[in-house]
Amino acid sequence: MASDEVVEVEKLDRDFKYEIAKEPGSEKIMHCFQCGTCTAACPVSAKKESFNPRRIIHMALMGMREEVLGDEFVWYCSGCYACQERCPQGVNITYLMTAIRNIAYRSGKGLPAYREVVKKIAAKGWLNEIGEFDNEMRQKMGLPIIEQKSDEPDKVLKASGAKKLSGGE
Amino acid sequence: MAGNGMKYAFFLGCTTPVRVMQYEAATRKVAAKLGIELVDLPDFGCCGFPTEKVSHDAFLALAARNLAVAEEKGLDVCTMCTACAGALTKVVHELKDEKKRKHINEMIKSTGRQVKGTVKVYHISRVLFEKVGIEKLKAAITKPMNMLSIAPHEGCHYTAPHEIFDGFDDPIRPKTLKALIEATGAKVVDYMNYRQCCGGDLLAVGEQTPTDMVHEKFDNVKRSGADAMVLQCPFCDIMYDEFQKTVEEKYGTEYKIPVLFLPQLIGMAMGMGQKELGLTKNAVKTKGLCEKAGVQK
Repeated sequence: MASDEVVEVEKLDRDFKYEIAKEPGSEKIMHCFQCGTCTAACPVSAKKESFNPRRIIHMALMGMREEVLGDEFVWYCSGCYACQERCPQGVNITYLMTAIRNIAYRSGKGLPAYREVVKKIAAKGWLNEIGEFDNEMRQKMGLPIIEQKSDEPDKVLKASGAKKLSGGE
Repeated sequence: MAGNGMKYAFFLGCTTPVRVMQYEAATRKVAAKLGIELVDLPDFGCCGFPTEKVSHDAFLALAARNLAVAEEKGLDVCTMCTACAGALTKVVHELKDEKKRKHINEMIKSTGRQVKGTVKVYHISRVLFEKVGIEKLKAAITKPMNMLSIAPHEGCHYTAPHEIFDGFDDPIRPKTLKALIEATGAKVVDYMNYRQCCGGDLLAVGEQTPTDMVHEKFDNVKRSGADAMVLQCPFCDIMYDEFQKTVEEKYGTEYKIPVLFLPQLIGMAMGMGQKELGLTKNAVKTKGLCEKAGVQK
């Protein structure tokens, strides 16, 4: 959302922070006192202003559920932990970003690219396929041939519910 | 797991064995020379890291399945990728909680495996630092690399989040990679903002931001006067080695910074040749660097 828009109180979902706090590692979201250490430490914020962890947490605490889950900025966390390692309140910010993304997928949102990642791993057992050509190259370099097996990763992806979230059965 | 010396289940990960085979080749050669036994287990699969954005449960289950495979063999795990090391270490940590352990075992039940969380996970650099040790590593160096200045890049998941690595290194001021580079005789150079993340995880979202991040990194490395960067993660390598030309074209600059994996540098210092260490496979040419360091073909 644009920063000049007025926040409409009646559209806020005040339970959003509790929804996030239930996710693993995100229990301490309400400890945030908005100091901005996270944003100062963030290597992505330095390059892309719209990614601002402090602001995302503030929006979440206010209950701006639709804006947080619907905007592209939550996908810009690179997962480097620079914020989490420095947070004076012990908020696990990197885990929190994962939690928000998980909630987005469960709400039928979320970036399509990562759904494809899950589908690929379900099909091959690995993110990258190792084909005949790769194995030939491996042999030339004196490396053992790899036979990829997919059935077990597929099974656990089904059991975790991720396959369904990604549009598989 | 105790009592198995330096013998590990070798967890290749998804990226190294297909995109940066030279890292795997150099790791196997250097490990063999230092008495580290790496056992290939064909039942390993994706570590789970790439699925965590969609589902934390998927991440837990995929990682735990791999841990169960290693447990059955009674072997600790050694990885080359910092993301794999981070993901698997995180889940070993999670398995200490009985409730979580039950939940995770429920998810992997259909594979016929169960997991206890008794194995320990090491990145290869951690094996070199903690198990081989700096003194023994130094003793194995026959061709000190003291003509080289190196810009180190640890990779974020090598040390963070700190609570899962039981005190191994410091995420804000890490020391172990620097110590390992210095053991080869090379000089470690400081450069501005050296803990900056490679941004590789953002490529799926858009190229602009990670390109800007990498561009800044190269500027800082170039100004440090380093002969090369040394890394220990295939994702960082894609950003700094494979992607370097793209960044040069996009910004109209020329960096030509050779990017080595730590085991390649160690191998050079042990007198191994360019071909043996896969140095000819690196995207940015390493020929000039090898000439300076007197590395045979």
